[in-house]
Parts: sequence; structure tokens; C-alpha cells
Amino acid sequence: MATRLTDTRSTQSLPQGSVTWPLPPRVRPDLPNHDPATLAQYLQTAPLEEVDIADPLWWESDTNHVYFKRLREEAPVFFTSVNSQRHRGFWNVTRWNDVMAVDTNHQVFSSEATLGGITLFDMDQDFIMPMFIAMDPPKHDVQRKAVNPIVSGQNLASYESLIRERTQEVLDGLPRGEAFDWVDRVSIELTSRMLATLFGWPQERRRMLTYWSDISTSDPELPGNPSKEERQAILLGMLQEFTMLWNERVNSEPTNDLVSMLAHNPATRNMPPMEFMGNLVLLIVGGNDTTRNSITGGLYFLNRNPGEYAKLKANHGLVENMVSEIIRYQTPLAHMRRTALQDTVLGGQLIHKGDKVVMWYSSANRDDTVLDRPDEFIIDRPRARQHMSFGFGIHRCVGNRLAELQLKILWEEILKRFDHIEVVEEPERVPSAFVRGYKKMMVRIPA
Amino acid sequence: MVKIIYVEHNGARHEVDVPEGENLMEGAVQNNVPGIDGDCGGNAACATCHCYIPSEWEALTGERSDQEDAMIELADTARPNSRLACQIKASSALDGLEVHMPATQH
Repeated sequence: MATRLTDTRSTQSLPQGSVTWPLPPRVRPDLPNHDPATLAQYLQTAPLEEVDIADPLWWESDTNHVYFKRLREEAPVFFTSVNSQRHRGFWNVTRWNDVMAVDTNHQVFSSEATLGGITLFDMDQDFIMPMFIAMDPPKHDVQRKAVNPIVSGQNLASYESLIRERTQEVLDGLPRGEAFDWVDRVSIELTSRMLATLFGWPQERRRMLTYWSDISTSDPELPGNPSKEERQAILLGMLQEFTMLWNERVNSEPTNDLVSMLAHNPATRNMPPMEFMGNLVLLIVGGNDTTRNSITGGLYFLNRNPGEYAKLKANHGLVENMVSEIIRYQTPLAHMRRTALQDTVLGGQLIHKGDKVVMWYSSANRDDTVLDRPDEFIIDRPRARQHMSFGFGIHRCVGNRLAELQLKILWEEILKRFDHIEVVEEPERVPSAFVRGYKKMMVRIPA
Repeated sequence: MVKIIYVEHNGARHEVDVPEGENLMEGAVQNNVPGIDGDCGGNAACATCHCYIPSEWEALTGERSDQEDAMIELADTARPNSRLACQIKASSALDGLEVHMPATQH
């Protein structure tokens, strides 16, 4: 007999376009302070419906996992209503199997930019940047295929020696016996060099790519960040610079870089400017933030788990397996979001057409019904490749093999040089429910 | 047990006994056959167990599902006889099947 499903949402999701800028103030729990210990303690017992996990507070303090553990156990598909005047309300999907079900059902769960796109907060509807990650088939497929060859196995082999040389150069330039910021000196340095190569962008201006990446994902509400209008102006400036490159390359013989590939491929050569910009943002963020934060995270996890660091030093052959474990444990993008195209049922919950559905990869990667001891960082974990961080289905990370290669080479070269790298203070984290990363991490290499 | 022969891109052959009912991605991963990754664990959701089926076996290995087709379509190395190994189950009818692998999985 069919079970009758009831609507468990305490309020309806608000219709698309109902949120206006500037966003109304955020409701936050009344707590004596925002220390990680206080926040974690609050999340242990707070009523589930009282928590807005999209609030950067839970991410900057790295306490969100307390809430996700409860959701996986108590309410694995759960609707957040609090602060819905800011985000329209959203479904949290927290278990591995439910995330997999959404990620592999693009017929029902859309990525379309005009429906809001692929992040919890809708793409600005007055500044829609179409990009292939925020498209459904068939357009998604042809655009993705236009860039796929640059990060496919055979092409990566041609990058390997270049990546190794650069990694050696960056590591050899690090100071000994004094504290320095690993994020700036290593993580950003290596990813920006790689990104410049992929785009055929001048190496001496590589930090511009990092800047644009950070701007693309920055929260305009946070003090010190550019406003929404400033952000749009900066991205238009990026478009202008890349349009010059495009114009040079569209009339030349094809070269092996992303701008040339987009300019010559029939599927992308007639893209409108905003769509070119959207795909630039996608490729810049995709190739930058993610690997950068796994580079930082890996070193942090080894420091937090000295037994694992010792295991690695004793057996350098573990690097490849460890790389997958780092990517799982870090989950550099905490979520991807979809929009339901029809009423459907997920995890026993009724999802309505138009609802926002947030797949929490960071939670699925800690689902102990699928993974053994998921809260532990285990560098020789069996089947470490089976993690959620790249997503699954047609939008699965296109650069995953490149990311793995960069991390593998980095750790091989670190082990050749340094007996130990010590993290000297807790890292500063990015206040974002999307980019799960680090702003700064001070380390010291013994003299 | 069903005898499956996994053939790497470089021609290296790996003859493996796969239990009946087990999918061919598991058959490779559990026997440490290089060239099949199986990142999604058998959900036709990643295409890292991409393989080619010789024409004489195609009728016996069946058709791609829609999900499988969507994943294969995105691979640079896709061919008409491409399949995901995780979507083919070992059966006595497949005894002696050769599964050919692309140079890399992506």
C-alpha cells in the first residue's frame, strides 16, 4: 500500500525572484560568543529548524559538521526555513545515497543558471552568467566536451614534467626555520601557475587569476569584500581582458589552451559575452579554489594526525592513495545545488517543483552507513577513490585528474625535501558554505 | 566463476575469475587489474570503468542504460562499443569475454 506523504516543510519555499537586495538581516542564535566550542555545543542540541547552515558562521568556525551528523541521523532530507527571506528556503540532502540519487538525476534536478544555478544562493538574476556547469543537456554536453580534452589523461601526461619543475622551484624557494603562510607561498602559487598555463595567460600576471577567482565566490555582505555592483564591475573587467586574448587567438592557428579551444570549437565560438565570462569564472574557480584548499588541507590533516604523517614518511608509496583521502576529507566544495523541475520524492520527503535542493558533499563524505570510520583521516584507506568531492553524474568535476596529479607531484616532491613541515597555528578558514577552504595557515620548516 | 580477460591499452592481458552476478568493474578492482578505477562504486555515475566490448560479445553484454549513455557520451575516448564495466554482470554466457580498456580513465 502506498504511504501518503505529508509536506514536512514548516514554511513553503519562497518563489524564485522573491529575494531582493540588499538581503534582510540574518537571524542568528543568541549566544554569549562565537567561539568554535560555544558554536559546536549549541549545534549539539539546537532544534534542527532553528539553524541556518548557510550562515558563514558555521563554516568559518568549522562547526557545521556537528549539525550535519545530526541531520544524517535524525532528518537526512531536511528543509531549512529560517532566514528564508534571504535564501528562499532549501532542502538539505545529507546522506551519501540521497546525494548520489540527486546528482545522477539531471532530468528532475536542474542546474540551469536562470533557475538559480548550482550554488545555495541564487545566481544574481540581473547578472546571469551562463556556464556549462549551470546548464542542462544538451547544451551542457557540447560545451563540456569543448574543454574536456585539455584535462584528459593523454594531455595531462604532457603537463607532468612542467608541474614537477614548478613544484620543485616553489618548494626550493621556501624559507627554513621561520614561520610563513603556506596558503600564499605554496597553495596559491602552484594553482595560479597551473591556471595561467591552462589559459595561456601571462605567468607574471597569474595572481590576477587568483584575484578574480576569489572575487567570483566572495560574499558581498562580508565587511571588506566588494559590493555586489563592484563585484560585477570587476568581473566585467576580467571579461574585457580575456576578450583581447580571445580576439588574438580566434584568428590564429588553434593552440593548446582553454581560450583558443573555446574560440575555435563550433559549440562555443559564438558564445555571447556573458556566457564567455560565465565559463571563464567556472574554469578559474574550478581550477583554483579547489586544488588550493586541498593543498593546504592535506598538510593540516597530517599535522593533526601525526600517526598518519609517520606512516607516510615510512612509505612514500602511499602518496597516491593519500591524495584521494585528502580530497575526501577536505571536500573543497561543500555543496552543489539543484532546482526541482517537478514534484518528486527524496528520502521520504515531498520535494515541490521549484524547490532548491542542496547536496551537501561535505556531509555525504562523512556518512558512516557507506564509509568506514569516515571522521578519521586514514591515508591508506581502502578504496579511497570512492569519495563524493568531485560530484557524480554528468556534472562530475572535469579537472579531477589534473587536481590529483598536482597533489601527487606536490607530495612526492615534499617528501624528497623536507623531513617535516609543522603547522604552527590553527588556520584561518574561508567564511563560506560553498568554498570550504583556508585563507591563511602559518607553518615552519625546521632549519 | 566466469573467466574475464581485461586487456590494457598497451595490450597487457589480465585473466581473472569473476563470481557470477558480480559486475565487471568489481571484478577488476578486487583483483587489482590496472586501468579500471570505479570511483562511484558501481552507479554508472563517473565513467572511470570505461571499457570497449568486442563486437562478437555485444549482443550478450546488453545495451547501455540512459544514465550510462549520458556518462559515456561525455568521454573523449567514447566509441560505439563503449560500456561502463560496472553495468555488466558476470554470467556463464560471458565466460571468456575480453574487456578492452582506454589509455586512461577520466
